[in-house]
Amino acid sequence: MKETKTFVLKNELGLHARAAAMIVNVATKYKSKILFERDGNEINGKSILGILTLACPKGCSIMVTAEGEDARDAIEELEILIDDKFGED
Amino acid sequence: MVTNEMKKTSVLAGIGVSPGIISGKAYLFNCLDFQTPYYKLKTNTLVSNEVKRFKKALKGSGQELLDIKEKISNREGIDPIFLDVHIMILKDKMFVRETVENIREQRVNAEWALKLTLSKYREIFRKMEDEYLKERINDVEYVGDRILRNLSGKTCENISEIDEEVIIIARDLSPADTVQINVEKVLGFATEIGGKTSHTAIIARSIEIPAVVGLENITNEVQTGDRVIVDGTAGVVIIHPDPEILRRYEDKKKHYEVMAEDLIKDAGLPAITMDNHRIDIGANIEFIEEIPSAVSHGTDGVGLYRTEFIYINKEQLPTEEEHFSSYKRVVDDDGVKWATIRTFDLGGDKFVSDPRLAEEMNPAMGLRGIRFCLHEVELFKVQLRAILRASAYGNTKILFPMISGVAEIQEAKKILREVKHDLSAEGIPIDENIEIGIMIEVPSAVMMADKLAEEVDFFSIGTNDLIQYSLAIDRVNERVTYLYEPLHPAILRLIKQVVEAGHNAGIKVAMCGEMAGESAYSMILLGLGLDELSMTPLAIPRVKKIIRGSTLKESRELLDRAMTFPTFREIEEYVRRYMIKRFPDDFPLSDQ
Repeated sequence: MKETKTFVLKNELGLHARAAAMIVNVATKYKSKILFERDGNEINGKSILGILTLACPKGCSIMVTAEGEDARDAIEELEILIDDKFGED
Repeated sequence: MVTNEMKKTSVLAGIGVSPGIISGKAYLFNCLDFQTPYYKLKTNTLVSNEVKRFKKALKGSGQELLDIKEKISNREGIDPIFLDVHIMILKDKMFVRETVENIREQRVNAEWALKLTLSKYREIFRKMEDEYLKERINDVEYVGDRILRNLSGKTCENISEIDEEVIIIARDLSPADTVQINVEKVLGFATEIGGKTSHTAIIARSIEIPAVVGLENITNEVQTGDRVIVDGTAGVVIIHPDPEILRRYEDKKKHYEVMAEDLIKDAGLPAITMDNHRIDIGANIEFIEEIPSAVSHGTDGVGLYRTEFIYINKEQLPTEEEHFSSYKRVVDDDGVKWATIRTFDLGGDKFVSDPRLAEEMNPAMGLRGIRFCLHEVELFKVQLRAILRASAYGNTKILFPMISGVAEIQEAKKILREVKHDLSAEGIPIDENIEIGIMIEVPSAVMMADKLAEEVDFFSIGTNDLIQYSLAIDRVNERVTYLYEPLHPAILRLIKQVVEAGHNAGIKVAMCGEMAGESAYSMILLGLGLDELSMTPLAIPRVKKIIRGSTLKESRELLDRAMTFPTFREIEEYVRRYMIKRFPDDFPLSDQ
């Protein structure tokens, strides 16, 4: 199973350390391979350095792809996290 | 004790990121070698052992972070998320794989392989545009440092076990380090790395202790136990301060502590009394790094630039260019309307490395100040050339210290004329009409003030020395310091005599001793008729406030009444009561 969804970051600081850590915490719970892509750069969604080096500020758009048996659940949980602005404000 | 006192004073300039002034014992927190070891691995066995060694260090580092997390888990107000971030970086597959590949492919030791990985990330983060995200490289560096420390096998002193009050000196402090610190024991921070938004800066501001970052090489210059001063307001750290500097900083600290935020707001307003009498306000500085802080505290100009530090901070005598670059920066500053540069005011002992020579001297009455300069003419000329060259760039005044009679100023002026002549012959631009002044700090100069006034453009009263010399007290001798009393009737008479002599000759009279910065004396000094008060920058806002709230008329009346008393205790008491009544918010009764 392969799921893909594009998100726009709405939180103030973008994918900063705390947000990146929260993504890694969610992504590593799933067996699926999870990839983040921004402007043609693709990184492993389970790698904190990968996410930080994407350098996504507020308003930036990222495409998330999950591939594996639990791909749908993974995308759903990441969507909740991103929509909730990582619990900021 | 003696050896400690003889250690050379040095100063480092960095970025003040948390205001305040503190002096105390240094605690060097430095577990890393500066040099990353490098060696090639000759056999495959060595390569695979090296990979194992790296993985072991990763495991050890991870365990340390978990221990810290555990330790702080029940502390309030600390968010352990950064520890999670660090743990994640340690476990990051890319990070680990790249380093292992470096070991295998380049056949180098783990430290070097890790260094290569870190450089790569440094480059990636450096190119980022977002300032906040850019700074996340720090997290990668902290983790890198921790792994390197584990690889070195060095056990680091436990920063959480500090049990006396210290100033922490470090290359950098990671969040994992700072959370372990018992903040009640930390007086200040001084680090090599960082900026206004770095972790150390934020912590320091939150616990309200002074901090200076960006201090190149400080971990090599300071050892645990050394005495240091951290001036977070000016962004300066002083290592092994000599007793004189230490005392001056105690004074600065006192002013900092009583300065309320709301005073700063009005600091830029001119010092004009309610009956429209204006006084010039100057700042006493000794490092050019202090200028921005002096300007923000409302100074009009630099009333006293002490140049001794240009000499005593050096292994060799300073060159003309070294002098010039400092002076030019002072006079050229947009916020500085004039700069009074005082020529060298110490004894020759400051150049001599043999401490026994210094011990034999009575420095206050020895070959110092102008006496030393007239004795070492070539050395004096170097400084005068630099001051004159700087005078082409901004309003500059020359101030000669320790003048005890007319012959000395005539001699100094003769040398100055020679130097001016040389510079003109060389076609170097100078301010031909540069103002010349003398310090009035030796009692004989007070007696001769009328004659001295004919020789110069201004006087500057150095109250610290004038009080010591005229009351015959050594301020370092604790048994007589109780006699050090600026409001002694004899001192008031001396000052009055100097001001009158100056004004009769049509020249300005300034004061640049500590007395000038004491706001309880501001009205007395107004009454005495001083034209300029120069003080430690932090004292300026309060002194200005008092001047702006007074009139010249009442200040003269206060002075006249005060001078009728025969003892300093009566004068002190009278002036204190008057100021409490007149400015109840600024001089609360509990101060005494």
